[in-house]
Amino acid sequence: MILMERRNALKAGGSFGLLALFGAFGLLKSGIALADWNKPAFTSKTMDDALAAMGAMSPENNSVFIHLTVPEIAENGAIVPVTVVSSLPKVEQISIFVDKNPNVMAANFIFPEGTEYMVTTRVKMGQTANVVALVKADGKFYRTAKEVKVTAGGCGG
Amino acid sequence: MNTSNVSKVVMLLALATSYVAIAAEGGVSDSDRIAQYREMISDGNPADFDEMAGEELWKKPGGPKNASLEKCDLGKGSGVVKGAYAEMPRYFKDTDRVQDLESRLMTCMNTLQGIPEEEIAAKPFSTEQKNSDISTLATYVVGQSKGIKMAVSVKHPKEKEAYEIGKRIFNYRAGPYDFSCSTCHATSGVRIRMQDLPNLNVAKDAQAAYTSWPAYRVSQGLTRSFEWRLNDCFRQQRFPEPKFASEATIALTMYSAVNANGAEYAGPGLKR
Amino acid sequence: MGNPMKIRAAVKDGVTEVKILMQHEMETGLRKDADGNLVPACFITEVKAQHNGRTVLEAQFGQSVSKNPYLVFRFKGGVAGDKITISWVDNKGDTRSDETAISA
Repeated sequence: MILMERRNALKAGGSFGLLALFGAFGLLKSGIALADWNKPAFTSKTMDDALAAMGAMSPENNSVFIHLTVPEIAENGAIVPVTVVSSLPKVEQISIFVDKNPNVMAANFIFPEGTEYMVTTRVKMGQTANVVALVKADGKFYRTAKEVKVTAGGCGG
Repeated sequence: MNTSNVSKVVMLLALATSYVAIAAEGGVSDSDRIAQYREMISDGNPADFDEMAGEELWKKPGGPKNASLEKCDLGKGSGVVKGAYAEMPRYFKDTDRVQDLESRLMTCMNTLQGIPEEEIAAKPFSTEQKNSDISTLATYVVGQSKGIKMAVSVKHPKEKEAYEIGKRIFNYRAGPYDFSCSTCHATSGVRIRMQDLPNLNVAKDAQAAYTSWPAYRVSQGLTRSFEWRLNDCFRQQRFPEPKFASEATIALTMYSAVNANGAEYAGPGLKR
Repeated sequence: MGNPMKIRAAVKDGVTEVKILMQHEMETGLRKDADGNLVPACFITEVKAQHNGRTVLEAQFGQSVSKNPYLVFRFKGGVAGDKITISWVDNKGDTRSDETAISA
């Protein structure tokens, strides 16, 4: 919603109120507008749909140049740590998916020049599923996946 | 039990045994995998936010007397927070009794800020809707003992007495299931579902358990105090829940804390 | 206005590592409350990290990112004292921006 408003504001040269609002949270300070939140990808219910929405119809499987680190067992699906490191040159973006979640795409990261091709974050998993890492490098897509078992807890710890 | 049930049980046992055997052969057990998971999530603990909020509460004037808690004596002198939790529970001269952190905070909130104790005890724990001030304050205080060795004294007769009462409560069987704390926590190598149960009679287990509470519980999305943790054990034993900061709670805390002596305090923790 | 985040940034051998912990419920919109009503979706959609005003990472989140999002990344350059600014916006238009100085 706000992004839509912002785009309109930019097109129109911006109204005072909106510009003041953007100034307040500093997102536009650098003068570089954020890439659009990819709604079709983030609302995809299947991996195929999500990959299509990312423009990555048949990514090459590659676990040599993409290192995906996830726990074998997650004690709680609410926090599953994920680290993706890519040794491919010219990485533009890294995306993370959980193939059995209601919305499969969890996050997308965009790497400007000078930023190392690695990212760590945490995702929610509703059940045992595959975590998929998708890397876009030099215009091409690569993927790898690993299964994480989500367990039901016992008591306090 | 009829024959078919017996054979089912035998089959399950056989399966369980072979599963354990396979896991052992590979050299990586499920306990190792869970330890790996815990290690991977150890940085970035949301309890940090409670520490921040607790520090603000500590310094902010409040209550009918509009005073802050900065003059609160947690046992190491007025206003000393650093390292205080590593020496609690302890005997306090002014109240002439042994107090754990929550009980002592309640005394300070009452004497310094003028908040009635009943009012504090009425919201002892955080809920999804609202954080409990005393629980948030406790998270701040424990964070100031991170890395400090547990050194809880039993020199004062009342400290010794609290320890002994705590020990008795730990081993006291009662309730509809005839449970005690020791039913689950006095044997090594047992677990509930995937979680290994600590044997609290073994120093290493007792230290690891005590020094990781209070903790942010992922399953609840909240930071939980040590009193909350004890209450949850009582609930699982089907005991009535003790009153907040009760003598029994303090005694059991004393027993647990003394058994953790010598280990570095590592909380607030982060747990499933 | 969202709640403050926790940002740590440290430089070592010419590479700055940034660790961020944001305070946000990250509601999926699929969870029911105690009365059985759906809790509306509320989650961070975009995050931007800047080093002295230059963008060093952009992130877009969906509902599957954990409550209180955690993020670690590294970029080349940065010296002690430089400013790191992290900003986020959620699907309801709420925002938050915090900054820290790089430590050695």
